[in-house]
Amino acid sequence: MSKHPYRGLTLIAAVLLLLPLVLPNSFYVDLAIRMAINAVIVLGLNLLIGFAGQISLGHAGFIGIGAYASAALPTHFGWHPLLAVVAGAIAAGALAAVLARPIFRLKGHYLAMATLGLGIIINIVVRNEAALTGGPDGMAVPPMVFGSFEISGDKPWYWIVASLLCFSIWASINLIDSPFGRALRALHGSEVASKVVGVNVLRYKLTVFVMSAMFASIMGSVTALYVGFVTPNLADFFHSIELVTMVVIGGMGSIYGSVLGAVLLTALPQALATFEGWETVVFGAILMLSMIFMPKGLVPTLAARFGKGE
Amino acid sequence: MLAEFLQFLFSGITVGSTYALAALGFTLIYNSSHVINFAQGEFIMLGGMLAVYFTHSGLGLPLSLVLAIVLPAIVGLVMEKVAIEPVKGAEPVTLIIITIGASLVLRGLVQIWLGKGTFSLPAFSGEQPINVLGATLMPQSLWVLGVTAVVVLCLWYFFARTLMGKAMLATSFNRVAAELVGINTDGVLFLSFAMSAALGALGGILITPITLTSYDAGIMLGLKGFVGAVLGGLGSGLGAVVGGLLVGVLEAMGAGYISSSYKDAMPFVLILLILFFRPSGLFGGKATDRV
Amino acid sequence: MNMALLEVQDLSIQFGGVKAVQNASFSIDAGIVYAVIGPNGAGKTTLFNLITGIYTPTAGSILLDGQPIQGKSPDVLAKRGVARTFQNLQICMNMSAVENVMVGAHLRLDRNLFKAALRWPALKARDLDLHAEALELMRFVGLEAYASASADSMSYGALKRLEIARALAMKPRLLFLDEPAAGLNPKETIEVDALIRKVADTGVTVVLVEHDMKMVMNLSDRILVLDYGRKLAEGTAAEVRRNPDVIAAYLGAHA
Repeated sequence: MSKHPYRGLTLIAAVLLLLPLVLPNSFYVDLAIRMAINAVIVLGLNLLIGFAGQISLGHAGFIGIGAYASAALPTHFGWHPLLAVVAGAIAAGALAAVLARPIFRLKGHYLAMATLGLGIIINIVVRNEAALTGGPDGMAVPPMVFGSFEISGDKPWYWIVASLLCFSIWASINLIDSPFGRALRALHGSEVASKVVGVNVLRYKLTVFVMSAMFASIMGSVTALYVGFVTPNLADFFHSIELVTMVVIGGMGSIYGSVLGAVLLTALPQALATFEGWETVVFGAILMLSMIFMPKGLVPTLAARFGKGE
Repeated sequence: MLAEFLQFLFSGITVGSTYALAALGFTLIYNSSHVINFAQGEFIMLGGMLAVYFTHSGLGLPLSLVLAIVLPAIVGLVMEKVAIEPVKGAEPVTLIIITIGASLVLRGLVQIWLGKGTFSLPAFSGEQPINVLGATLMPQSLWVLGVTAVVVLCLWYFFARTLMGKAMLATSFNRVAAELVGINTDGVLFLSFAMSAALGALGGILITPITLTSYDAGIMLGLKGFVGAVLGGLGSGLGAVVGGLLVGVLEAMGAGYISSSYKDAMPFVLILLILFFRPSGLFGGKATDRV
Repeated sequence: MNMALLEVQDLSIQFGGVKAVQNASFSIDAGIVYAVIGPNGAGKTTLFNLITGIYTPTAGSILLDGQPIQGKSPDVLAKRGVARTFQNLQICMNMSAVENVMVGAHLRLDRNLFKAALRWPALKARDLDLHAEALELMRFVGLEAYASASADSMSYGALKRLEIARALAMKPRLLFLDEPAAGLNPKETIEVDALIRKVADTGVTVVLVEHDMKMVMNLSDRILVLDYGRKLAEGTAAEVRRNPDVIAAYLGAHA
């Protein structure tokens, strides 16, 4: 337990506050928003991968559920955008719960396989049901409204997303140093030991998986509302791999690692935008190299190198 | 009625043979190292793409085919040495991520080198369709089925009758015990990657005249092959073959009778069903856990 | 009240063809120190694993307070006040020493995840109390030097005691110690001996598996002797020491 657990958070909050003053134009603001969105998703995913030690290879599917809920429900059924966000999160959570219950009883990489399958199925459904989803070309997303006040454009969304990020970091820090968080870490450290002290391992794994699915869905909705448009790419296999890469490179089980991983790997595709093949190669190389040489990820490795501290 | 059924069946077992070869590849590597090699699909793709490249370069079909099998095998060896051996005792999550990384590297490199186009190979013995009870069977399908059958037989012989094959089996049952009796388990792992890659590449070559190939053809083929391996029971060679064929047939039947736009989704619905109801697959044993 | 705390009736388990435990029957009264001894492979750890829910028996029953518990999972048994340590240490190396102990108190805490995420004041206060309690437990088992250490920096002997502290954090009624002295030097063994005595004095019923005969004879109120999964003898230390079957099978060279 550290004396100043929120020091990193304060730093990040400060950066987020000052960033709009420093960024030259809206391209960079957009980038910052995307980084923050990914960071929140990765925080949730890291709970699953870094703490429960399970891997999800289809997380983009949950993002897609939230994104398309925000697109389709208001457009085709007249739902209020906020309700659509909630509906998406519930759907994602329910799907995760149904999927995970039988899977977590098994040992090994079964969740990886199951989430792989689920992610691909969601992607195919989204591509096929053009009447609902606009098919491979995607569809427009009605913006979030409160009465007559419409939230659109990068300014309001920047602040919304920045707040969400700060809140998520704060909540994650609190969570880790709590009975729930300790049980989770114990589960990762020694499943047998955690069982023996009374941790219902199945229920914890399930909870974490459902939580990370709902985080992803909500941020999918946020992405949809911010961009104003959704395409099936949001929910494809490569996107799922990108997210796992962010967790891995930042550090499995590390909160700040999640943020760092998201920042680095959201910027990377932008830098490699014209070199599509190279983007794939670089992602693959990063995955391989970091797992071989730095399996703990950037933040934990650096933290260990420079002594225990924050 | 019958003609339609046969049509779906033929196309199902044709593509199912490729899945079977891929599934065998997964099984081989899984058995010698408990690694699920997500790059398996890229070996399939490499087979097809290299065959196209060499034939277009004027090397003639037979030589191109040989190269298109040997080169991926070498790639497999390199991958094992560079990416798998250094992290021998790592957590399963780590290994899965490494193989995913390897698959991205392979796919990206091919994309850069050969572009995003779709390519085909000439059918090995012409394109004259054969009429069977009202259904059409392409000669290439016969090649696919025939070669796959021969390969499976050879593998069976290899594992059942040769010392090397038995050594590989021993390693898959108990790695430590195998080492203790003098089996070079590192060598077994090395060989299993080469064999997996070759099998995958072969499958890719055989199917290219029918389904074409491109830099990203490997993803789906590999994943479906993986479903086949799980369906048959991860770790069982017979299961891999049966599983792969079954996935192909069910996919074709599903596409034909239920919905063709969801063709690609069928194998993944299948894997969810397997994991829900019978995770050890058709032929996989139930693993007992010693605490 | 004469009902035994734990009663084992005709318990058996088979792994394939190996009958690891066969028709074991015995009972343990509350408040005593009960030892299970026997040669390696006699089924002692298997018996522990059966009682603590890690294995499900193929036959027989286990009654805690008269209620059957066989086949129930470890986390359910934890709720009933059953705690254990492991022969092969099961320490969470990814956590600090104190946190390992705090995990032991898992069931006594508010595990609500929303309150945790929002830093509910009552939860936070309780956590601080728990931290102090955990440090106290570490002091009890002699680990005060490791108050701010991480688990992966501790010695084997210290980790064995950490497991005991974690088990005590559960405030158990029944504590199973699986070879608490294994791998310890003579000095450490004496310390563990004293520690177990201290624990028993607090009223916890202690069941231990141990090879160190001196320790067993010293500590135990009653002893169960297993051989090839079967009960060979049961009684007080003096009775067991005199039992000719036991001497023949096991104690021969050691007494």
